Amino acid sequence: MSAGTATGGKAHVLGPVEQIPPGEGRAFAVDGGQVAVFRLRDGSLRALPAVCPHKGGPLADGTIDLNVVVCPLHQHAFDLATGCSTTGAGNLRPYEVLLDGQQNLVLQMPV
Amino acid sequence: MTSLLETPRTQPSARGPRRRLVVIGNGMAGARAVEEILARGGAAQFTITMFGDEPYGNYNRIMLSHVLSGEESDADIFLNSLSWYRDNGITLHAGVRVDRIDRFTKHVFSSDGRVTPYDTLIIATGSRSHMPPMDGLYTPGGQVKQGVFGFRTIDDTRKMVAYAQHEHHRRAVVIGGGLLGLEAAYGLRSHGIDVDVVHSAGHLMSAQMGPDGGAVLRRSVEALGIGVLTGSRTTAVLGSDRATGVSLRDGTVIPCDMVVVAAGIRPNVDLAVLSGLPVERAIVVDDRLRVQDEDDIYAVGECVQHRGEVYGLVAPLWEQAVVLANQVTGTDTSALYLGSRTATKLKVAGVEVASMGLHGPELDTDEHIVFSEPSRGVFKSIVVRDNKMVGATLLGDSRKVAYLTRAYDHGLPLPEERIGLMFDLGTPDGDTGVADLSDDAQVCNCNGVSKKALVNAVQGGCTTVAGAMEATRAGKGCGSCKLLVRQVVEWAADGDVAEDPATAYYVPAIPLDKAELMAEIRKRGLRSVSAVFHALAPGGEDAKSKMGLASLLKMMLADQYIDERDARFINDRVHANIQRDGTFSVVPQMKGGVTSVQQLRRIADVAEKHNVPLIKLTGGQRIDLLGIRKEDLPQVWADLDMPSGYAYGKSFRTVKTCVGKDFCRYGTGDSTKLGIEIESRFQGIEAPAKLKLAVSGCPRNCAESLVKDVGVVAVEGGRWEIYVGGAAGAHIRKGDLLATVDDPEEVKVLTGRFMQYYRARANWLERTYAFVPRVGIEHLRDVIVNDSEGIAAQLDAAMQESVDSYEDPWEERTDPMTPGQFRTSLPLTVLPQVPVR
Repeated sequence: MSAGTATGGKAHVLGPVEQIPPGEGRAFAVDGGQVAVFRLRDGSLRALPAVCPHKGGPLADGTIDLNVVVCPLHQHAFDLATGCSTTGAGNLRPYEVLLDGQQNLVLQMPV
Repeated sequence: MTSLLETPRTQPSARGPRRRLVVIGNGMAGARAVEEILARGGAAQFTITMFGDEPYGNYNRIMLSHVLSGEESDADIFLNSLSWYRDNGITLHAGVRVDRIDRFTKHVFSSDGRVTPYDTLIIATGSRSHMPPMDGLYTPGGQVKQGVFGFRTIDDTRKMVAYAQHEHHRRAVVIGGGLLGLEAAYGLRSHGIDVDVVHSAGHLMSAQMGPDGGAVLRRSVEALGIGVLTGSRTTAVLGSDRATGVSLRDGTVIPCDMVVVAAGIRPNVDLAVLSGLPVERAIVVDDRLRVQDEDDIYAVGECVQHRGEVYGLVAPLWEQAVVLANQVTGTDTSALYLGSRTATKLKVAGVEVASMGLHGPELDTDEHIVFSEPSRGVFKSIVVRDNKMVGATLLGDSRKVAYLTRAYDHGLPLPEERIGLMFDLGTPDGDTGVADLSDDAQVCNCNGVSKKALVNAVQGGCTTVAGAMEATRAGKGCGSCKLLVRQVVEWAADGDVAEDPATAYYVPAIPLDKAELMAEIRKRGLRSVSAVFHALAPGGEDAKSKMGLASLLKMMLADQYIDERDARFINDRVHANIQRDGTFSVVPQMKGGVTSVQQLRRIADVAEKHNVPLIKLTGGQRIDLLGIRKEDLPQVWADLDMPSGYAYGKSFRTVKTCVGKDFCRYGTGDSTKLGIEIESRFQGIEAPAKLKLAVSGCPRNCAESLVKDVGVVAVEGGRWEIYVGGAAGAHIRKGDLLATVDDPEEVKVLTGRFMQYYRARANWLERTYAFVPRVGIEHLRDVIVNDSEGIAAQLDAAMQESVDSYEDPWEERTDPMTPGQFRTSLPLTVLPQVPVR
């Protein structure tokens, strides 16, 4: 689970965590933008902007491990926690995501 | 020899008193050894003192010939300036010679009267020009006569340049036609001096090549206006106070203004002899680079004799410095120097020369491949023993040098057609001379990586090919440039490439090659990708290893495989090929490229109903519907009601066929029927890389069978030829003939057996065009056709198991395997809105 409680910004409830199979990601439309939410195999959650800064690839379709997501188009990799590219593409700003009491995904948008 | 650097296991207390390390010699060996020691945390262990005979910092002696020819200034060749020593806390006594070592009280005595104690001593005194015995070399006072030069130090070089530029000095004689002598001659020639080279052996560069190569080199050297006399010994330098000529053994006199003696080098061992250390041809050291019978004295470089060998090249010196540093710092006390295989690659007098191992055949069974084209100055000679390359000489054309050096160093298997060793025959082994590429030449055409970018990465510290590829993304596209990338990296690192053990791994996260990995998976009964990571990956789950493992497990276990969808690449999760805009392409199965009215009508209807943006015929004789949104895939498949054509996976793709004998007036075999049967049998079989097949009904080869992973050609007499390892994509390669058989059923058996062998043995993403030449067609023929290893039945059974576990993946349309399997990931369309509670 993401550590700590959500602070500031606006919280969006994205629905049940079961929408995302373990080890995969799914895209969600939030506030007119798109967010890729990943459910790691250890159960923790990560969220990044859904669009690869390199050539616009859909990051929710990427392959992940506990540290990075690899974009399906040109295999650029991004650190899931920091959003930083490990392969020299642009960086992404990560979002905070956690579960509420009903096992719903809650995305914390920055202020 | 390649040494792997390990992270220091033990570090002596950094706070404790530091030991005293004294290094005698500030040349390339001494300075390199110190650099390696510093890289292993040596500054915390030692106070370092260095003695250098020459009053300078450390310079690149190899480049002296460039200084002589004026291509570089002497300032350009300094490796470490004096400030480097200061910055690293090294006390440098430059211009001070060490006269004696007291190895009992552990002190060195130097020419400035200083007595310096040591705990650990490194001797790196190098070598000096050899002055062969001849009359008139010295003045009566014992000085070398004016106008006579050695060619060893920066001072020698500066004096030669100054002397050569003197207007009255028109002619020079260089004694010695080896590497150094030719460099000296070339350098002097560029100052407009007339030069004759006098060489005692029968041909030039006799230490590096045989007589035939030497003859071609002679032509090239003479073409530069340099006179060459071989088989001639200089017996005297003429002139009373300064050199005015030389006389040869046969009485010939050559008048000249300067004499350069480049007749080899001799190790500087006087200090060692005087100090009672063991010296034979040079200072005798063991595999730890320790001077024999001494606990605290090491020696490195050209002054060293190791296992009877004395080296005069830079590469062995660097290998020695690594072992020495590991020993001295205690970083890896198991590090041993076991000798060097010396391969030289250089430009001598403007001529590319590469030499390694034997110059010619020595045993009756040695193969000797020679190509000679003296008018262009090209000569190539390769010696092969037991199918391994044991020697090569290349003159005037260095294009294959990187490949040959690797073949020599690592004992790589060689192409059956030996001429492929010398010339680029369109195989993936082919290489352009990387040295000749311009800096902005694009090496990786997918990711737009220039030679310069790769060179920068190497100079920035990427010492492995994989590291440089990761840093620049070169070779990370289609992968067809990987060999060239490797060559550029090796060239940029000047051969000092750390061998990356990970290149042998099947997937990056698990330190096992394919055979070892498969054995472990079997032994432990692992059935899923996550179980494999858990059991075998030191760093746990790894995104870049998932797809390869998923494919391997499916191949090994067929229906026993526990399929975890997150391990799949997106294409394999949704059974379609992702496009640049995030939409997908849909290619229904069309066996052998044969279709029907019903199929065409249905495809047309689907394209119309779904507003398919592009309908395209594929190279594999199928119809591609492009621009399908992920969420529409299940409906498109349902409307098509055709099986998947697998145009997206690392798997068996398609069988292209020609019309065959039913219609074609030339056809000799029923190619369409056989193509359809092959596709029906092997549809969807996963493999380390994609497999494209073809069947042609006659040798006109309309289905392009010769450039397919497996290509079948009908020939007159009801016979079928089977070619494997062909390609016409990122690489062009004509397939090798595996077998010619009478029966189409036999074609299917051998095709399946070959593909199973490939599936079991090939590296991840290694296409058959690389696999087949790597393994060798003869070996494949033995195993697959002649069953020399007795595994044919086993291969057939494994393939049958995979065939039996086939399911059309497009059936998942009615029953998605994971939640949201076909949910859009795109910002292009309206996404499922956030549910409101």
